[in-house]
Amino acid sequence: MSTDSSFVPAGRSLWRDAADRFCANRAAMVSAGIILVIVVLAFAVPIWGPHSLEEVYWDRMLIAPSLENHHWFGTDVNGRDMFARVFYGARISLTIGVLTTLVALTIGVLYGATAGYFGGRIGAVMMRLVDIIYAVPALFLIIILISVFGNNFVLVFVSIGAVEWLTMARIVRGQTLAIREKDYIEAAHALGLPHTTILARYIIPNVIGPVIVYATLLIPINILIESYLSFLGLGVQEPYTSWGRLISQGTKEIETGLWLLLIPSVFLTVTMFCFNFIGDGLRDALDPKDR
Amino acid sequence: MFAYILRRVAFAVPTIFVIILLTFILLHAAPGGPFDSLQDIDPAVLANLRSAYHLDDPVWMQFWTYLSGLLRGDMGPSLIYRELTVNQIIVTGLPVSVTLGLSAIVIGLSVGLCCGIVAALRQNSLLDYAVMAAAMTGVAIPTFVTAPLLILVFGLTLAWLPISGWNGGQIKHLILPVTALAIPKVAVIARITRGAMLESINMDYVRTARAKGMREIKVITRHVMRPVLIPVVSYLGPAIATVMTGSVIIENIFGLPGLGRAFVEGAINRDYPVVMGIVIIYAIFIVMLNLFADILYGFLDPRVRQK
Repeated sequence: MSTDSSFVPAGRSLWRDAADRFCANRAAMVSAGIILVIVVLAFAVPIWGPHSLEEVYWDRMLIAPSLENHHWFGTDVNGRDMFARVFYGARISLTIGVLTTLVALTIGVLYGATAGYFGGRIGAVMMRLVDIIYAVPALFLIIILISVFGNNFVLVFVSIGAVEWLTMARIVRGQTLAIREKDYIEAAHALGLPHTTILARYIIPNVIGPVIVYATLLIPINILIESYLSFLGLGVQEPYTSWGRLISQGTKEIETGLWLLLIPSVFLTVTMFCFNFIGDGLRDALDPKDR
Repeated sequence: MFAYILRRVAFAVPTIFVIILLTFILLHAAPGGPFDSLQDIDPAVLANLRSAYHLDDPVWMQFWTYLSGLLRGDMGPSLIYRELTVNQIIVTGLPVSVTLGLSAIVIGLSVGLCCGIVAALRQNSLLDYAVMAAAMTGVAIPTFVTAPLLILVFGLTLAWLPISGWNGGQIKHLILPVTALAIPKVAVIARITRGAMLESINMDYVRTARAKGMREIKVITRHVMRPVLIPVVSYLGPAIATVMTGSVIIENIFGLPGLGRAFVEGAINRDYPVVMGIVIIYAIFIVMLNLFADILYGFLDPRVRQK
């Protein structure tokens, strides 16, 4: 009977503690719920919604939101259903937000961990480069990249990710510098493990907390950047649409169809709010300072 | 202090050089050229065009030509607007963008500091909650949503202010774009100020100052405010960068002939000298203003001078 697991005192991992703390944070939980609803709708509405993205209703152009005809969010200048377009836009905006963050995450973590782990002259040169790129506003670099390499869906998110990794690299480097001095890293050195193994197995997993927090905060930033690009006509192109593109089109109809501006703006703003609350919640949950 | 300033300057110059080099390499890696859109062009004419713009030289030589031109203050001709040089485009656009950006920063600082201080001094009052709720909204709503709404309310419905154009920078043409640009700055600075105020207001030295009978206004200005300015000043660098980004959007919405609009147009048209010129001007501006913020920081916080 000694192997019966019920006699083992329940071990509580740090992650479990963090999860409990996060669940106790009402603002963060509500935000997570709202994001979940938007994500589900973003995938369900274009498939099962009453209207398709592309269908043009010649007799119903610029109709204000109404329950009649199932145009819950009205129609745009071309007579296309806004309900379908808003959630199709959500799909693109959220996808870009997440994918760009993953690109930034990968580059930033690898770069920052390498710079922090090796330290010394290599690390200094690597971080000096980061400081220099910091001096150019991100949007400018992204516009240059898009103008240089052309404009398609893949390049838009690679460009955003390729520019937005700088802060991530700084955070990871700072964390790595602290971890580098720990005993278990010295032990790993003593065992003769190669640098790549130490980085991948001991350094990166231990810097993951702040990385998750910053990644959550980076998603809304990147959604916003994509919106800026779409607004300037440099983001996703027809037939695709995103919240930024819808807002930009709504701006042109501001006197005749205010809902075309307001509805996508509300969705964008609510999403930004929610991701920020989730990020704050994660920070409070994962930050060891408050334990 | 002098050594500290010298170190910051020594960092600024190579930064600008590397930015010039990076943009140059990037733009030259681009597939396609500025003359792609010319149709049915005689190959001989194309060759003449290319050699006139030094496009056939090796890249390092083009960089050298460009850099030496730059040192003489010449950024070359525009590839699209044949009658304009990059210098002319920048000279017409720069005052517009600088006026917009600096006004937004000044308003952001003054209004943001005031709101933050008032909110912190009346902590947990209705006023505090109202200011912080407004600030939260101001941070979350993007510029390209507030700007059209401002246009709708003050430009179209109330018809108080013009909705577009520059008109030599008249105040009434400036109000809406500067407001739209300043709102997020006011919001962020108010939040930073309030947070830092609440921290410093409970410090022992503030209690000491009060205990020795110092007048409240003097306690606030002399002892509470000084550490509050440090996080605000360190936010200035990022603030400047975001104001420049925002300026691109604002200039497009309000139809202002600034650098941001010229940059986006140049990028779409692949007018590389214009794009490079504007990036360089912006980089110089940001590096200079950051330098200024760093020096200010050194005055406020003696600890950073030591490093």
